[in-house]
Amino acid sequence: MTPELFITRHNDLIDPFVHVWSWQIPIYLFLGGWVAGMMIITGYFMLGGRHTRRSPLLSALPGVGLVLLSLGMLALFLDLEHKRYVWRLYTTLQWTSPMSWGSWILLLVYPVLVLTWMVRPPVILEDLSQTIERVSRALQANRRIVRVIGIASMIIGAALGVYTGVLLSSLGARPLWNSGALGVLFLASGVSAAAAFAHLVTRSPDERALTVRIDNVVLASELGILTLFLLGLLAGSAPQVEAAGLFLGGPYTAPFWVFVVGLGIVVPLFIQILAARHLIQHTPIAPIMVMAGGLALRWVIVSAGQFSHWAHGAMRMH
Amino acid sequence: MDSLSRRRFLRISAATIGATAAAGGLAGHLAGRGTGEAAAPSGLQKIPTFCDICFWKCGAIAYVQDGRLWKIEGNPDDPLSRGRLCPRGTGGVGAHVDEDRLKAPLIRRRQRGEDVWAQVTWDEALSHIAGKMQAIKARYGPEAVALFSHGLGGTFLKHTLKAYGSPNIAAPSFAQCRGPRDVGFHLTFGEEVGSPERTDIRNSRCLVLIGSHLGENMHNTQVQEFAEAVGNGARVIVVDPRFSVAASKAAHYLPIKPGTDLALVLAWMHVLVTEGLYDKDYVAQHGFGFEAFAAELAPYTPEWAYPETGIDPAVIRETAREMARCRPATLVHPGRHATWYGDDTQRARAIALLNALLGSWGRKGGFYTPVSMDIPGYPYPPYPKSEKGKVDNPGARYPFALETITTGIREATITGKPYPIKGWMTYATNLMTALPNEPETITAIQALDLLVVVDVIPTEMAGWADVVLPESTYLERYDDLNPELFREPFVALRQPVVPSPHDQKPNWWIARELAKKLGLESYYPWKTIEEYLDYRLTKAGLSFAELKQKGIIHGPKQPVFFDEGVAPVFPTASGKIEFYSTTLGDRGFDPVPTFTRPAEPPAGMFRLLFGRAPVHSFGRTQSNPLLNEMMDENEVWLNADVAARLGLTDGGYVRLTNQDGVVSNRVKLKATQRIRPDCVYMVHGFGHTAVRLRRTVGRGASDAQLITRYTTDPLMGGTGMNVNFVAVEAEA
Amino acid sequence: MARYGMAIDTRLCVGCMDCVVACKTENRVPEGFNRDWIAYEAVGRFPTLHMEIRSERCNHCDNPPCVTCCPTGASHVDDLGRIVLVAHEACIGCKACLASCPYDARFVHPDGYADKCTFCAHRVTDGLDPSCVAVCPTHCFTFGDLDDPNSAITKALESRTAHPLLPAAGTRPRIFYLD
Repeated sequence: MTPELFITRHNDLIDPFVHVWSWQIPIYLFLGGWVAGMMIITGYFMLGGRHTRRSPLLSALPGVGLVLLSLGMLALFLDLEHKRYVWRLYTTLQWTSPMSWGSWILLLVYPVLVLTWMVRPPVILEDLSQTIERVSRALQANRRIVRVIGIASMIIGAALGVYTGVLLSSLGARPLWNSGALGVLFLASGVSAAAAFAHLVTRSPDERALTVRIDNVVLASELGILTLFLLGLLAGSAPQVEAAGLFLGGPYTAPFWVFVVGLGIVVPLFIQILAARHLIQHTPIAPIMVMAGGLALRWVIVSAGQFSHWAHGAMRMH
Repeated sequence: MDSLSRRRFLRISAATIGATAAAGGLAGHLAGRGTGEAAAPSGLQKIPTFCDICFWKCGAIAYVQDGRLWKIEGNPDDPLSRGRLCPRGTGGVGAHVDEDRLKAPLIRRRQRGEDVWAQVTWDEALSHIAGKMQAIKARYGPEAVALFSHGLGGTFLKHTLKAYGSPNIAAPSFAQCRGPRDVGFHLTFGEEVGSPERTDIRNSRCLVLIGSHLGENMHNTQVQEFAEAVGNGARVIVVDPRFSVAASKAAHYLPIKPGTDLALVLAWMHVLVTEGLYDKDYVAQHGFGFEAFAAELAPYTPEWAYPETGIDPAVIRETAREMARCRPATLVHPGRHATWYGDDTQRARAIALLNALLGSWGRKGGFYTPVSMDIPGYPYPPYPKSEKGKVDNPGARYPFALETITTGIREATITGKPYPIKGWMTYATNLMTALPNEPETITAIQALDLLVVVDVIPTEMAGWADVVLPESTYLERYDDLNPELFREPFVALRQPVVPSPHDQKPNWWIARELAKKLGLESYYPWKTIEEYLDYRLTKAGLSFAELKQKGIIHGPKQPVFFDEGVAPVFPTASGKIEFYSTTLGDRGFDPVPTFTRPAEPPAGMFRLLFGRAPVHSFGRTQSNPLLNEMMDENEVWLNADVAARLGLTDGGYVRLTNQDGVVSNRVKLKATQRIRPDCVYMVHGFGHTAVRLRRTVGRGASDAQLITRYTTDPLMGGTGMNVNFVAVEAEA
Repeated sequence: MARYGMAIDTRLCVGCMDCVVACKTENRVPEGFNRDWIAYEAVGRFPTLHMEIRSERCNHCDNPPCVTCCPTGASHVDDLGRIVLVAHEACIGCKACLASCPYDARFVHPDGYADKCTFCAHRVTDGLDPSCVAVCPTHCFTFGDLDDPNSAITKALESRTAHPLLPAAGTRPRIFYLD
């Protein structure tokens, strides 16, 4: 029999259900994942020696990354309730806190992005500064260093892409997030957003073809990861089964299946497969849907996750 | 004179509430502190006093940090609180900082009940009142001014009114609350139950609560002792249409049909008598008329009680036997608010008789004999004698009333019989919600030449006044001494811990200054309140300085039970416990209680029941910011299955309409399994309409507003209020 | 080092909210926020009902997720009885600790830092009980050192059955409700 549970607590942001993170966090997660994906793609390109010739993506992506990451970090800063003390993040490394790890990773991302940008900077920058031109020529000539930068970009990028999922999954009090799949899911989503963006903006048909194939592989993997995510919850404890139910008939069912899965993955994947096989023209609609889907994924996961909880029964707040 | 805001004080007509424009002169009086204070002291002071959030008067210690009130804790030396206050006392800080408090004397400028006031000086206000009182005295006699007073703080106002010559002084707590219970016990044992109740709960091995919801009703000592008894394994039997907090601790929960408790008590007594389980020695030694009583009980079998009460006969027998097993430490609690159905004195008498059968009166775990310290009064000139006598009970039509009947005064005010009442003064009581049938109270008020309201907050009653006098809270004033009548003798002091923030004054000052204006200075020979208190304490051989420092002085311990040496004396007609009351029989009343079946609810309606929440006292704490935060609205409890059938959702808002078409404010619905399907329940005190109670106006619904019917107890004039029915509908 | 916890007797608790009001005044908790609260849980069908009433607050867990997730170390286990506290000037207000608590025991103080029950550490240091424990008119609270075999709380937990809240959440809470 369902108990009648009545509690007298009424705390802002906590009752009737936790809603401490609103738009700032999903925006940051999306931008961070996107930047992570771009770092992985540029690193991959550098390992493949693409820096030795003109590459619209190598010239553009790191610069875009610097801007987007700054916007993302601004969103994070806006979310803080005790902003004057933000510098405290950098007085310590709390081993058990993914957020602490993340704050240091974010710090490392900047120099890595600058370095990758210096490998094949856009012509405008080279014209602006002799130093940049000299540095880029030197880097381009040294395959070994570029390899190291590429690996660093991929590793730091992967860390950036994964840690946010790890952060959420470490908050066991929110059963929806309590899945090992979350980190991999966010990484894949970040890479697919970056690949979609790359495929959208590059003028090089060769790069376009490559990135659309990367995107399709990653999108298909995302479907697989989402399946494992749901199956894992359904096989878990009661609060986790209840959390999975949010997407399987519960209040978040429509946003999840329509915006995240349908319009965010399946439909653009289908379009992009046709485009990759030259059955239709490349169209900007698909990558835009992929990116919107990435934002929707973060939004739905953050919102639904805070709604999921451990207490059972009919709950009514004072 | 400055005009205050034009916002309506309360909704009397259907006119909308307009926006307000505070007049220029307001700023000084609303901001800022009282006049003539010394600089705030620094550091931490701990000042003992006693609480006034309800009427229990628990000893408290106020913590004042750098001149600001920080917190209030119980005085460990106080026998009532034993060092722990209830949530309302702990929240007393809120009463001091309540922004909605009355701040200065007010005189109404327009029609009574309209919201146009002038803020005046104390001198102007008291002169106005005195002038009116003298005019009334000249034309109608001093008896034409009545005082309605609740609490210890009314002592000095009563003194002034008696000196003025009026015998018409009443507290709503008699006819609207405890009266039937005290009269019922008085008719049986010759003594009242009193307050604090003379119940030895902590030593009970079996505690029977009939409608009493200890734990939600938060009289401190009672709840503390209840927990003690439960912790010691006492068997608790709860009889209540609602599964109260006390019911959740009970070994037996009896979900009785409302209005049928008397039938259950009769059946219990029947079992005890026919099965020979009562205390035969005790009854033989102390009882009068037992055989006649036993004969009267013959028809009241558990099988007879079953269709009346809904309680299974086996359960009636089982619980009666449980009570017998634990006697004499079986306490059938007399309850407190007893004005239910109009036969309440007889119901209380039945409870008294049940206790008598169990032999608990005067015994440990039952009822003790209260004792107190003897503190001589202050010598005053004798009061003038009244030729007319009291107005409330002409011809003693309620022959057993022990105190003045508030609703009797109201009736006389309306009818002018036996003689006109032209002036009312109220102290610390919101008669609009304390007396049943609000329209009658308004009719009475309209017949007055003078209505003075003395209070701390701007209640609905204050909205109808001619003159409103703001009193300091208990934290800001001295009061009369409290030599409590309790298990052990002690005297307690109330003293100021912080100054009044605005132009509020203590009751003793108001009473004395009014007396001076009435030419009655001779009744106030003492110059300061400290002089008054010091005089009385010195006469009792006690030190005022010591009492100021400790807050409590104890007297020598005295016996309180028969087996400790208390003489078993019963001041009744027979000098014994009246199992059969010839006093009642001679007057044409039932000598042994009989049962009257209550009316059924009209189709589609539910009986309206009301009660208490532990964080509020009546309607006087809803504007206290701390206590308001704990509970800012009440809810109407409706059986969950019934709610589902009516299509009403838990947490949704509904309106209640009573049998006379009165519609309540919107109120939250609590659809719950914890109540019978035939009744609804609300906590009393919400649904304020006084707009100056900004924090709470319009929140929750008022049970008092829906109580337009009441049944008057023929023995003592109590007004039974559980006789109203409501329909429940989703708010439009 | 001591390890403080509470045993709360649900037989005695009447849910009067004295503990909530006392905490408010003692700790100057801002209006609108609760460090502790009452839960009323009723099961059954009228009239066969059972109700448990609990005074709840931060459970000062032995495996506190609010400490592991904190990026600055503001949320920490204090040497004083292993009470879980927040150092206000190290807190950035990221709210991860609010999201990490399965009991929803934390809130954001209007001044910007994460706040919650502190077991009245400022009183405990002086040998006093937390104010909720000290005020309770039913004496349903026992506060003390769980690692002291002679403490009142250890004796209470040895003599009666008790249950903590959400044991499967893995937090190892230190508040126990005596049945």
